[in-house]
Amino acid sequence: MLIFIARRLLLAVLVTLTVLTASFALTRLSGDLAISIAGPQATSEDIEIIRKAYGLNRPVVVQFGDWVVSAATGDLGRSYLYHEPVARLIAARMPTTLTLGLCGLVVALGIALPLGILAAMREGSLMDRGIMMVAVVGQAMPTFWLGLLLVIIFGLKLGWLPISGADEWDGFVLPAFVLGFSAVPALMRLTRSGMVDALASDYIRTARAKGLSRAAIVLKHAARNAAMPVVAVAAVQLGFMLSGSVVIEGVFALHGVGYLAWESISKNDFPVVQAVVLFLAVIYIALTVLADMLNAFLDPRLRTQ
Amino acid sequence: MSALLEVEGLRVRFNSRAEAVRGVSIAVNKGETHCLVGESGCGKSVSSLAIMGLLAKGGQRTADRLAFGGQDLRGLSERAMSRLRGDRMAMIFQEPMTSLNPAYTIGSQMAEVLTRHRGGSRRAALDRAASLLGRVGITAPGMRLAQYPHQLSGGLRQRVMIAMALMCDPELLIADEPTTALDVTVQAQILRLLMELQRELGLAILLITHDLGIVARMADRVSVMYAGEVVESATAGALFAAPSHPYTRGLLACVPIPGTIARGAALGSIPGTVPRIALGFQGCGFRDRCALADASCAGAVPVQRRAAGHEYACRLEPGWGERALGERALGEQA
Repeated sequence: MLIFIARRLLLAVLVTLTVLTASFALTRLSGDLAISIAGPQATSEDIEIIRKAYGLNRPVVVQFGDWVVSAATGDLGRSYLYHEPVARLIAARMPTTLTLGLCGLVVALGIALPLGILAAMREGSLMDRGIMMVAVVGQAMPTFWLGLLLVIIFGLKLGWLPISGADEWDGFVLPAFVLGFSAVPALMRLTRSGMVDALASDYIRTARAKGLSRAAIVLKHAARNAAMPVVAVAAVQLGFMLSGSVVIEGVFALHGVGYLAWESISKNDFPVVQAVVLFLAVIYIALTVLADMLNAFLDPRLRTQ
Repeated sequence: MSALLEVEGLRVRFNSRAEAVRGVSIAVNKGETHCLVGESGCGKSVSSLAIMGLLAKGGQRTADRLAFGGQDLRGLSERAMSRLRGDRMAMIFQEPMTSLNPAYTIGSQMAEVLTRHRGGSRRAALDRAASLLGRVGITAPGMRLAQYPHQLSGGLRQRVMIAMALMCDPELLIADEPTTALDVTVQAQILRLLMELQRELGLAILLITHDLGIVARMADRVSVMYAGEVVESATAGALFAAPSHPYTRGLLACVPIPGTIARGAALGSIPGTVPRIALGFQGCGFRDRCALADASCAGAVPVQRRAAGHEYACRLEPGWGERALGERALGEQA
C-alpha cells in the first residue's frame, strides 16, 4: 500500500512539472508579452521599458527557472491588471468556486447514484428506460440554457431564489444544481452499467446463495465493485466543476476562479493565466491521486500491483 | 421416512420460449450423496439453481412438488427463501475463481453468513470461520481470514467456498460441478474432503457433475439427465451394474477404463448433439441420437421399473440390454 501511494505521488509530481512547463510555454507562444502588456498606443521605448521591468529580456531558460522556483515557494507573481499577488487573487475567489463545485458534486452524486442503481436493478424495465431518457436529455441540454431556464422559473416567475450573486447560501442553489446536473448523465450511466455487470456476476450469485438480504447484496456486494469507474469519473467531474464553471459563473454572476481565468485570458494578464492554469492542474492532479487511493481502498487487487 | 429434498415434476422455462428442465423428479435423503449427471446443457445446473430459487432473470420455475424438510418451497417469498439459503441449504459453484467477491476479505465474506442467519458477534463468526477453514484443510486460517480472494489459488478458494457453505451447519449442500475448474490432484482432494465432511456432519449432498468417475466414487444414488429430463435413476451400484437407458449405456461406453481399452483404439462416443427442446416437445428427447429408436419413441415415453428404486424412461423393457449383450456375444462366437 505504501509503495502504491509513493508511486502515485511521484507520478503526480512529474505531471505537475509537465504542467508548469506547458503553462509557461503556452503564455510565451501567444505572442510578445511586452507588446500586449504595453497596449496598442505604446512606443517602442515603452515596450523596452516594460520588457526590462518584467524581466522579459532575460533568456527564456532563466525566466522559466525563475517561474518554477517561485511557484514552488508559493509565489505565483503579480497581476498586471489588479497589481496584486496572483496567489491572493486566487485565494479570494476560491471559496466561491469550492462551494459551487462541492455542492455541484453532491447534487450530481445525489441524483446519479440512486437512479443508476435503480435502473440497474430493474434493467430493461420501463423505469430503466425512463431514467436513461433523463440521461439523454441531460446530456443534450446546454448548461447555460438550463441555467437561464431555471432562473426564469425559480428566480423570476416564482421568486423563490435569487437570480444572481451569492451573498447568501441560497444564491448557490440554482448554480450548484445546474453545475451538478451537467455531470449527472455520465455518472448515472457509469453507475448503471457498473451495477448491471456486478449484479450479473458470480459473486452476487454466491451472495444470494448465502441468503443475504437484498440490501446487502445490492449495496454491499455489488455497489463496491461498481464504484471504481464512478469514483474516477466523479473526481474528474469535480475538477471540471472547479475549473470549468466559467459559463455557470457567468450566467449567475459569481466571481470564482473560472471567471478570473476568463477575464485574465481576455486581457492578456499572463501571470494570472499561467498561475490559474497551474493551480487548476494541481487540483486535477490532487483529485486524481485521491481517486486512485479511494479505488485502492475499494479494490484490494490494486494495492498489490 | 420422507426425503430431505423432494422434487417432483420440476420445470424451468426461459422467457416462455425454451424449456430447460422438463419435469425433473429427484429425492435426496439425509446423509446421502445424490449425483445429477449429464452432458453440458442437459439442464442439471438449471435444476439445482431452480431448487435454490436462484434462477437468473427470465427463468420461470414450476413444480408438482418441491419440498425441503417437509416444507413446501413453491409458495415461499424471496425473503423467506433467503432465510433458508445459506442456513439450512447451502450451495457451492463451479467457478471458484469468480464466486468470491474480490472486494472483501475471506473472513468478512464467511462471517456475514453466520451473522445474517444466527446473529451474534462478528468476533464469534470469525472464530467459527477460522475453525472451519482449518477443518477444510487450510493452514494458518487466522491469516487467511484477512486475505482477499485474489491472494488464494483456485483450490484454496473452493475450500473457502465449502467452508463458507458450512458456516450454519446446513442439512443440504448442493455442489454444482465443484471440481470442474480445478487441477486433477486438487479435484481428488476436494472430493475426499466432501466425503469426509458428509460422514462427519451427516450432510446430504446433491452433486452435479458430468464426470462418471466422480459419480462412481461419490454417489449413493444417481439421476442421469438428458435434454431437461431425468432418463434414469438408480443407486450407484445398480446403475453401473445394469445401465438401462440407451443414453446411460452410451455415456458409460464413452468412459475409458484402463486395462480394458487398447492404446490407440477409439473411445466410444454418442453421435449427434443435445437437441434444443422447444415448448410442446413430445416423446423421447434422445430418439434422434438413439440407434434403437423407432416410430413409437415420438409418442409418450413409458417409465420402466427395473428393480425397486431403479427406473428409466424408455420404450425398451427391462432386460433389453442383457439380451443385446448376449446376442452380441453369440455373434462374436459364431
